Amino acid sequence: MYLYNLTLSRASGIQCAVYGNFSAPKAQEIVVSRGKTLELLRPDDTGRVQTIFSTEVFGCIRSLAPFRLTGASRDYIIVGSDSGRIVILEYIKEQNYFKKIHQETYGKSGCRRIVPGQYLAVDPKGRACLIGAMEKQKLVYVLNRDQAANLTISSPLEAHKSHNIVFCIVGLDMGFDNPVFAAIELDYADADQDPTGEAAGNAQKQLTLYELDLGLNHVTRKWSQEVDNGANLLVPVPGGADGPGGVLVCAENFIIYSNQDHADVRAVIPRRTSLLTDRGVLIVSYATHKQKSLFFFLVQSEYGDLYKVTLAYSGDTVTELKIKYFDTIPTCTSICVLKTGFLFAASEFGNHALYQFLSIGDDDDAVEASSAELMETQEGFQPVFFDPRPLQNLRLVDEVESMSPIMDFKVANLLKEEIPQLYAMCGRGARSTLRVLRPGLAATEIAVSPLPGNPTAVWTLKRSVNDAFDAYIIVSFTNATLVLSIGETVVEVNDSGFLGTVPTLRTQLLSDDSMLQIHPSGLRHIRADRRVNEWRAPGRRTIVKAATNEQQVVIALSGGELIYFELSLTGQLMEVEKKELSGDVVCLDIAPVPEGRQRSRFLAVASYDSSVRILSLDPEDMMSALAVQMVNAVPESLLFIDSPAADIAGKGEDATGAGGLFLNIGLLNGVLLRTEVDKVTGQLSDTRTRFLGTRPPKLFAVFVRGKRSMLALSSRPWLGYSDMGRYTLAPLSYEALDYASGFASDQCPEGFCAVSKGMLRILTLERLGEAFNQQVTRLRYTPRKFVVHPESNMLIVAEADHAAVPLAERAAMEDAMEADTAFTDGIEFDEDRAAVEEQHGAPKNSAGRWASCVRVLDPTSLQTSSVLELDGNEAAVSLCLLRFSNWPEEGMVLAVGTVQGLAFYPRTADEGFIRLYRFKDAGRRLELIHKTATGGIPGALAPFKGRLLAGVGSTLRIYDAGKKKLLRKCEHRKLPTHIATLATSGDRIYVGDLQESMHYFRYKANENALYEYADDIAPRHMTAALPLDYDTVACADKFCNIFVTRLPRDVSSQVEEDPTGGKFAGVAGLLNGAAHKLEDVVNFHVGDLVTSLQRAVLQPGGREVLLYATVMGAIGAMLPFTSREDVDFFSHLEMHLRQEHPPLGGRDHMSYRGSYFPVKDAIDGDLCEQFSQLPAAKQKSIAEELERTPGEILKKLEDIRNQVY
Amino acid sequence: MATLQDRFNINSQLEHLQAKYVGTGHADLSRFEWAVNIHRDSYASYIGHHPILSYFAIAENESIGRVKYNMTQKMLLPCGVPPEKEEEL
Repeated sequence: MYLYNLTLSRASGIQCAVYGNFSAPKAQEIVVSRGKTLELLRPDDTGRVQTIFSTEVFGCIRSLAPFRLTGASRDYIIVGSDSGRIVILEYIKEQNYFKKIHQETYGKSGCRRIVPGQYLAVDPKGRACLIGAMEKQKLVYVLNRDQAANLTISSPLEAHKSHNIVFCIVGLDMGFDNPVFAAIELDYADADQDPTGEAAGNAQKQLTLYELDLGLNHVTRKWSQEVDNGANLLVPVPGGADGPGGVLVCAENFIIYSNQDHADVRAVIPRRTSLLTDRGVLIVSYATHKQKSLFFFLVQSEYGDLYKVTLAYSGDTVTELKIKYFDTIPTCTSICVLKTGFLFAASEFGNHALYQFLSIGDDDDAVEASSAELMETQEGFQPVFFDPRPLQNLRLVDEVESMSPIMDFKVANLLKEEIPQLYAMCGRGARSTLRVLRPGLAATEIAVSPLPGNPTAVWTLKRSVNDAFDAYIIVSFTNATLVLSIGETVVEVNDSGFLGTVPTLRTQLLSDDSMLQIHPSGLRHIRADRRVNEWRAPGRRTIVKAATNEQQVVIALSGGELIYFELSLTGQLMEVEKKELSGDVVCLDIAPVPEGRQRSRFLAVASYDSSVRILSLDPEDMMSALAVQMVNAVPESLLFIDSPAADIAGKGEDATGAGGLFLNIGLLNGVLLRTEVDKVTGQLSDTRTRFLGTRPPKLFAVFVRGKRSMLALSSRPWLGYSDMGRYTLAPLSYEALDYASGFASDQCPEGFCAVSKGMLRILTLERLGEAFNQQVTRLRYTPRKFVVHPESNMLIVAEADHAAVPLAERAAMEDAMEADTAFTDGIEFDEDRAAVEEQHGAPKNSAGRWASCVRVLDPTSLQTSSVLELDGNEAAVSLCLLRFSNWPEEGMVLAVGTVQGLAFYPRTADEGFIRLYRFKDAGRRLELIHKTATGGIPGALAPFKGRLLAGVGSTLRIYDAGKKKLLRKCEHRKLPTHIATLATSGDRIYVGDLQESMHYFRYKANENALYEYADDIAPRHMTAALPLDYDTVACADKFCNIFVTRLPRDVSSQVEEDPTGGKFAGVAGLLNGAAHKLEDVVNFHVGDLVTSLQRAVLQPGGREVLLYATVMGAIGAMLPFTSREDVDFFSHLEMHLRQEHPPLGGRDHMSYRGSYFPVKDAIDGDLCEQFSQLPAAKQKSIAEELERTPGEILKKLEDIRNQVY
Repeated sequence: MATLQDRFNINSQLEHLQAKYVGTGHADLSRFEWAVNIHRDSYASYIGHHPILSYFAIAENESIGRVKYNMTQKMLLPCGVPPEKEEEL
């Protein structure tokens, strides 16, 4: 088995974000790391955050830092990763890519304790950077520029200190004095040696300054001082001419200003009134805002509260430190203050957000803690309290969707649509959501209005070529034409000059601002001054088809005659040439006029004999055939599109060779062909095919991101556009349309208007580049697992939160509870209150306290039909649907595994239960049948031959139904750790252990015994398992790997037949293992923790793939190869790309994919797809090695992607 | 006096490794020391891999920053107080 890994939807969680000017001076940009992808984001003028560029780095990014050389106006990006190398990147705006400026190796690869990469600190003046490890090692690189103003990097200077754990490192602002880095360090040398524990108790964190002496080229430990033992984060304070310098030490409950030769200035962090007294307040992210005359810091606590920190100082002496409550937003991994007055918040889990500053919190009366008012009492420092309030200083401008983390997902077609939907359980705590994903772009309806009669076609026209927005919408019916004018409202007009009594075939705004209407009996040319020229079709012939651009018009008459017109310099449409064809024309199209040219050279004509001809429109060889392509069905529609790559071709390194003109042909059988047209000779080559749907695709040109793109209307609409330099054909999640045209107006700068079923619709696409569009509904607690009821199609979700207060006990809820007693098992708490909780976070409880519920949800309306809140500190951890064979009258029941008082480190629980529910009201409500104590944590449940199979702690057990309780029938006690996953197939049971990989079991009915016959040799920490066939299971582990494990064939048959009559049951393996061992057939490091695996076909006629969802919110697919030839081709392509295009982060691709286990029989499609980003010369050389052309390779890549969806 | 041979013998090579790479074992390594090293390495690895850190944060329902801080803090004494050294015989 060979698998091809393809990321369908990139990770959407953010690991860290940095702000800077990367593409141009003053450009407000954010570079984010999504774990293994690096992205450049930029808020556009309307405040929407746009992804400008995204690339996979095939490494684990751990830290990012922007830095700029003194006097420069743009920032570089330093990347600290698991590659054992420091990498400096520059964003190249013209070609839209990250250029690797420097890559210096300093250590082993991997996220190791003493190999730097975890911490990055830069000197604010851009003279040096420090890259540090969790322990011991710190390397300082001196950065400079050479005479040609190129960035140079020195060899590293060591600032190691053994036995020191590092909590944080920052670069201090020293003005132009020697660069200094500050670190929080904790020495463990003594604690390791002292058996009394006294040394460990006395261990003291130190704030240490490391000075880089630029003159001596040497790093020294300059100064060290004891610091609060709760210190976790440092914030550098502007120095030199801008401020007092030094550093803010953020510690649990305190922020302390500290500097060399300066007494500490300490202030308490205000805490929420509702917070339990034993909980501290830890600062987790910060941003500094610096203007000419003032600076302040925004810091965020672990609960999401933002504080504004200001310093009062004179000269170098800080007199007061103030911490003022600012606002509350969801907890972030990074926050960035943009110079334009925005705050970008990269949330830990759930959607990210862009906020606008309404004020900087100067003149409100929010709670403030000051160092001057610090009160020390006998129990420590006097705390300051506040209550979170709705946003006051910030205003939400844009939300960036994030699915991180996907806890569980399933693919099912519950809504009876053409393609199945993905149901993903995302988020955590109060920000949990159920998202229904459909492959395709989300189309937003701006307006829908009914039209009289049944429209056949629609166009939009501008008033002048230079206008930004459209002025008219022209709708054609079978016997009439309607002209609508776009203004404040859309109204019908009669003074446009268009003929209303005939149907229209085509309209066009010509380059001299005159308008053209083509109708069956002639051409109507409406000059800019409203004079009208008419051209009538000769004799009884009518115009059947027409194609136009701003300069040229071609019409096809019935009987197969082509007439070609050109716009003359005097503004007249002149007939230039005629051509008789042998038969009727089905469709035709003219290529757009290339920039700076008079006319386009190519006309494409399709006829009923299934041929497409390219005719020349050059005066020299007018109407001569340049090329012919035979297609396998009658064409329906033709469209020329410039390839998006065309405009960057030849501009240097990253330009692709694929730039060119493409002819798109929609065929009657629903297939879309895309053929490259040679821009000089008109020759057709390199045809790609794609099945779009059951209706013949009609093709229309629309503008997407300012580029002419293609809208193809089949049984669903598709959009062919350029996404980050790559041509993408993506379906729209919208109903079928009949006819469409581009549309631009004030409210909708880039959209399209379309007609379907007597309605005029104006649509816009908001989130381009996203593979799935989402429908979201809120959940109450973190979703753990869910199942789909096969008959009622209802979703049943188990939700549970650790250290949370159950809804009924929340103080804010009590009043509501009194008003409405049916509240906890009622429908859902109201939307306003949920929104507040989402903003402020759910209240915290002490460890070992749980809040949990089981929810039944209707997938059609996304409405909750019932919620059962669990009481008694129970948490639902597993669930399954089953039918008991000894209880057939009950039908399908739901088993929910719950655990009471679950606590971690170590994992203990008071008691576990299996609750059995029956369905009521057609599956909309649950009713408890009974509850059975299990004596352990029921981590996994599965139906097995009309009984219930349960993994209880490390015990595998079979239960049968009883009237009062579940009855234990059989058990196996000896699993190594804890059962995490259970799956069954026939007699076989596949058990995934929390730490010890897969175990295969068999149930012997006549002996009523479970016995283990095979296990894995590697200790895998299982998170998900999915049986592929009787012998094979696809699994995912906690260390971000996917693997497929298989029972060897001979063992499989032995086990099945077992002629000895149960001898195998008695055979014991060595060292407590099973008698047989599983073999890994595929091994692949995904680089992201996979939480769920599914098998699915994502499109009609598509192939079945293995889908996975991850903690960072990515969805990927593993496609099994069907031919040896493809395997060879792709493994060679992958091999060449590894050499020719090493990953951006500096990690070796093969070692990354084999981080834990050597990569086996899996080909990385994400790397292969980067082939299209290579410069043309490199593409060519790789293609030659593979004995193909670059076009063929690109085609293969596209084909294999199209097999998935 | 160290000769060329000494420099390449196995002991000095080991010493060099032990000095350079924290956690390199030796013949007299105790069970406790070994466990401490493994735990510190594991914590450092968890902190380095953001998805794994997030996974812990979800389980504990704490912020990622808090989980990271707790793990770094645990690196001080990952396996508790060291046992009393046995008297050398």
